[in-house]
Amino acid sequence: MMFAQDPLYAGDWLGDALITGLKVLVAFAFLLVAVMLNIWFLRKVISDFQNRIGPNTAGRWGILQSLADGIKLFFKEDLIPDNSDRFAFKLAPYLSLVPAFLVFAIIPIGGDFNGDDGDGVVSIFGHDTLLQVADPPVGVLWFLAMSSLAIYGVMLAGWSSGSKYPLIGSVRASAQMVSYEAALGLALASVLLVSGTLSTHAMVIDQSGEGPAFFGIENILPAWYLLPVGIVPFVVFIIAGTAELNHPPFDLVEAEQEIVGGFHTEYSSIRFALFFLAEFMNQITMGALLVTLFLGGPNGPAFFFPEGWWIGVFWFFVKLMGFLFLLVWVRATLPRFRYDQLMDFGWKLLIPLSLGWFILLAFIQIGRDEDWSTAQFVGLGVGLAAVFVALAGMLTLAIRNARNERIEEMEDAHG
Amino acid sequence: MAEFITFFCGAAIILAGAIGVVVARNAVHSALFLIQTLLGVAVIFVVQEAHFLAAVQIVVYAGAIVILFLFVIMLLGVDKAEDLGVEPIAGQKPLAVVLGASLLATAITFVLVATDGATGVGSGDPERQLDSGITDIERIGRVLFTEYAVAFQLTAALLTIGVIGAVVLTRSLSSADQLDDLEPASMDLPSLAPEGANDEHHVDTVEEDAS
Repeated sequence: MMFAQDPLYAGDWLGDALITGLKVLVAFAFLLVAVMLNIWFLRKVISDFQNRIGPNTAGRWGILQSLADGIKLFFKEDLIPDNSDRFAFKLAPYLSLVPAFLVFAIIPIGGDFNGDDGDGVVSIFGHDTLLQVADPPVGVLWFLAMSSLAIYGVMLAGWSSGSKYPLIGSVRASAQMVSYEAALGLALASVLLVSGTLSTHAMVIDQSGEGPAFFGIENILPAWYLLPVGIVPFVVFIIAGTAELNHPPFDLVEAEQEIVGGFHTEYSSIRFALFFLAEFMNQITMGALLVTLFLGGPNGPAFFFPEGWWIGVFWFFVKLMGFLFLLVWVRATLPRFRYDQLMDFGWKLLIPLSLGWFILLAFIQIGRDEDWSTAQFVGLGVGLAAVFVALAGMLTLAIRNARNERIEEMEDAHG
Repeated sequence: MAEFITFFCGAAIILAGAIGVVVARNAVHSALFLIQTLLGVAVIFVVQEAHFLAAVQIVVYAGAIVILFLFVIMLLGVDKAEDLGVEPIAGQKPLAVVLGASLLATAITFVLVATDGATGVGSGDPERQLDSGITDIERIGRVLFTEYAVAFQLTAALLTIGVIGAVVLTRSLSSADQLDDLEPASMDLPSLAPEGANDEHHVDTVEEDAS
């Protein structure tokens, strides 16, 4: 039996169990502290955007504000509406929180990937292991599985509250998450086409070292997947990921002006805090996944090669902070989408765009495998593009034709 | 040892979930127990090193199909506890007992017959052996895109046709009122003049119906 690829599991079982338990504990504690700091970071940065001070009382620079809020939420009265389905109402916060935590298990957060033997293996108390909780062979599929389970939390919370606004919020949320998961999956597929593996650990190893030469200058570009995969899946992943997080400008789920608080309207006290925790935890794991898939994970820039596992952790956090700052920036800048805009954007723009890019990448990949010359590339590319344009034209024509016929029919029937 | 413990935990999860599906009075609770069963089966798949199958089990069954169940249950409002004394179909309960017993008998027969082998060990092709060192993902991918490529693409086409067919069937445009649904209700379109002068495909619906 093999749960995951990790040199740890070759050793004695007691040591394995202890170190695995330690890693789980560290990951859990890290996520909790990171959420606390993330909320503080969000409030501080957004108050800078809005030209005000933000939290400044609890601790230095107000850094303990989220801790104080958390303690307050713990001691508030826990309300369960009479009209609610008690079992589902109590279950829903956990169904949000647990997947949020579990996704982080596949993220490599550090390790030394430099040099020829850089495989990211570190030694803890004499046991060789990886700096990630688990490295299952299904890798990023685990992320897709968990994010599809996360819908249950939102959906059940809205339904079990037994009132209208939460139900509207949860229906919005599930439709949005299902729609954008498609675009997210397609962006992910582009990465998988280049990586040839699902395992996050193998991906990070593949992205270590030097990338291609930049106009003849070696040792400048990193070997991150962002370069071979291209900018389109990267941007699609960020947008679809933001929508998946129900983060502004995609926060129709809890649009205060329309549906009070959305799915968590009826929640208070610690159950509300659990939803909040899950939301911010998801931001961190989404950022960590983006860093792993496109930005080389713990790999630093190609020209900077100090030794040691801590440098991986350092670069990982620098990139993660970049993503979290981007989220705050977007939150402070963009107004909320309208519902039809949201659906149009997901289905009519993001999905065709990422699907088209996926086909392009597959074309290039086949060309490389078959050793095509430049002339072959251009010729086949033009031919393929012509076929696509012809098909798209035929489809447009057919749609227009059918539409005109329908209008005529209706005019006959009613005119 | 670890396999033994994990198997028993997984089996306990599956059984508890399965009993819950039957016993729960509320349809939503039954669906939740069904998810528990599916997750337990995913654990057993991982024990058998069928990682891909486990992931697909969660993504497709727990993440998509049961979500659809829940949507139907919640939106149709059949989420109230039902009176189990009423039989909607006559003779349903004895038939269910017979069907359940025959399923159980089939399962037991399989277990008795397949105690040794039946896991692909005997097959001559090394790629099909479970112990060949290739991960299950690679093996499934290779088989799916070589041997079963045509069947795979036909399935994809079938699913697409099914989706389009569902949309066509549910959106029957018998009355002119529904024509407006073809256009997304978008606020950035210019609003219609009372006579509909600035709409080139204008159909006189409201006025005609009113007269």
